[in-house]
Amino acid sequence: MDGDGDGQSRWCLSQVKGAVDDDVAEADIISAVEFNHSGELLATGDRGGRIVIFQQEQESKNLPQCHAEYNVYSTFQSHEPEFDYLKSLEIEEKINKIRWLPQKNAAHFLLSTNDKTIKLWKISERDKRPEGYNLKEEDGRYRHPSSLTTLRVPVFQPMDLMVEASPRRVYANAHTYHINSISVNSDNETYLSADDLRINLWHLDFTDRSFNIVDIKPANMEELTEVITASEFHPLQCNTFVYGSSKGSVRLCDMRASALCDQHSKLFEEPEDPSTRSFFSEIISSISDVKFSHSGRYMMTRDYLTLKIWDLHMESRPVEIYQVHGYLRSKLCSLYENDCIFDKFECCWRGDDSEVMTGSYNNFFRMFDRDAQRDATLEATWENGSPGCPLKTWRVSAGSRRKRNEIGVDCLDFSRKILYTSWHPQDNIVALATVNNLYIFQEKLN
Amino acid sequence: MDVTAEAKQIMVQALSKLYSSRTQRGGLRLHRSLLLTLVMKSARDIYHSARLTSEKKGQADTHSVTENTSQTEEPMDTTSSTTTPLRATAAQSTEDGQRSGLEGHSHLHNPAGLTVNKENCNPTRLDRHSRKRRSKTATDPDFLPCKKAKLEFVEARGILQSNSANCGRALDSLSLVPMPRTIVTF
Repeated sequence: MDGDGDGQSRWCLSQVKGAVDDDVAEADIISAVEFNHSGELLATGDRGGRIVIFQQEQESKNLPQCHAEYNVYSTFQSHEPEFDYLKSLEIEEKINKIRWLPQKNAAHFLLSTNDKTIKLWKISERDKRPEGYNLKEEDGRYRHPSSLTTLRVPVFQPMDLMVEASPRRVYANAHTYHINSISVNSDNETYLSADDLRINLWHLDFTDRSFNIVDIKPANMEELTEVITASEFHPLQCNTFVYGSSKGSVRLCDMRASALCDQHSKLFEEPEDPSTRSFFSEIISSISDVKFSHSGRYMMTRDYLTLKIWDLHMESRPVEIYQVHGYLRSKLCSLYENDCIFDKFECCWRGDDSEVMTGSYNNFFRMFDRDAQRDATLEATWENGSPGCPLKTWRVSAGSRRKRNEIGVDCLDFSRKILYTSWHPQDNIVALATVNNLYIFQEKLN
Repeated sequence: MDVTAEAKQIMVQALSKLYSSRTQRGGLRLHRSLLLTLVMKSARDIYHSARLTSEKKGQADTHSVTENTSQTEEPMDTTSSTTTPLRATAAQSTEDGQRSGLEGHSHLHNPAGLTVNKENCNPTRLDRHSRKRRSKTATDPDFLPCKKAKLEFVEARGILQSNSANCGRALDSLSLVPMPRTIVTF
């Protein structure tokens, strides 16, 4: 935040991953970022259907002022482009969401999804291999039977660490519309997947069936007025989940109430302020992300211009509203023209729920300290400053003035945007994706 | 007029975005299509209400001007001739609302309402409107590629122009922009 009042924050750039050249291949554009439950692993997904997992090195005793670095641990192709012959539609391989399962044994499991298919991946290490086979040479060639004179028992010998990713389950053909969310239940046995009009409940072990728990498809599609945009299970109550809609409302559902949760248990909706009504009111009120706090007491929603924190006990209005980039309110027409108004920003909570973060344009990201009621605008760039150097905070002014650490709204680069962010579950480390780079920032420890 | 020009621009852009999204990789995005349709609807509503306001204003001005002259017949004629296309537009937008179905609320098919409008509008024109099953492509602007649309658009425009000959004002082609009846057929 604005730690010492002179425009310096407590955050430093730790690492940048990805190509540094300006020519970005479409396939390399990052589309998902997610820490696992311990924070040791960081997964990214891209439009090419690949997943890259980074692992934090063991904490180094030599450098107490910063956390250990993240290095590539595993890279694999999660989804491939497919073709739906019936509808003559290509199914993109772009990874929409990654969600880690809590770790139960040495292997790590994650769910990844594109528009239509969810996959469960097992990531496991192999650092030993059996050597001393009787029938095979070490290089795999079969030994001639006549050369066998003795028998021996193969033994495990250490080998270079190999990380293997294997698809354990493929959950397909359950969604007619495009999947926007997946969420693992706190029971560690089920998860939900949501598309524009339906939410399905799966058991991790079964791929041939899923239960439909929300269906908002109208009998006549011409009467469609809203779609589901994001969905998540409650972190502690396995019967509770929420889904956000394109109309700016969030519904909380209790699976104990009925098999089909079309009737919500709670509806979180803030009445629209008529003074701010414009052509684009519907678009900017659409919920792009919904995230429960770690405590389960609060929920955060992101729409185009604001972050709202809701107390689950109060449906009538949010308890906190943060303006992410209010200066864009007068620019909505141009943002509609260049399609930026349709961008879907994610948001995330700090491990102790005291701060929240979301991305913006010009590679800015916004941090909001809920306790101190302070906010900061930081920039994800590797050009100025060096790793370890504290980030300066920015201000955005009207017009096109440019001062030191101040930029005019007309000078913002809308092609550089931060849509995907993730906060380490315990430490103050954040990972965020610009178009093709992954940035990792750490808070200075002393 | 600033508001109407802006509304027109937004409608045109929404249409072109909807059309280009058809060829997008991954297929039609329902959420995006819905938002574009809602934007187009609100722009259209604002466009029409802004035009209604300006025409009422213009009509009041004409009214006051002609009242100053000794000819009392003319104001009556001006009023009636400008009222007809105004009502026609209103009826049309109501009908568009019915057809789009995306509003999903007040614009229900109301035979009583249509009857009221019939009394005040050119009955021939309205008959044609209500009987003719308006397809999505029926009145697309002619810059969008569609063989069928061109014929029907010309035909529809011809009907409307012949009936608005009284006021001698060319109809804005944007008033014929329909709401897409279906966003997507899955």
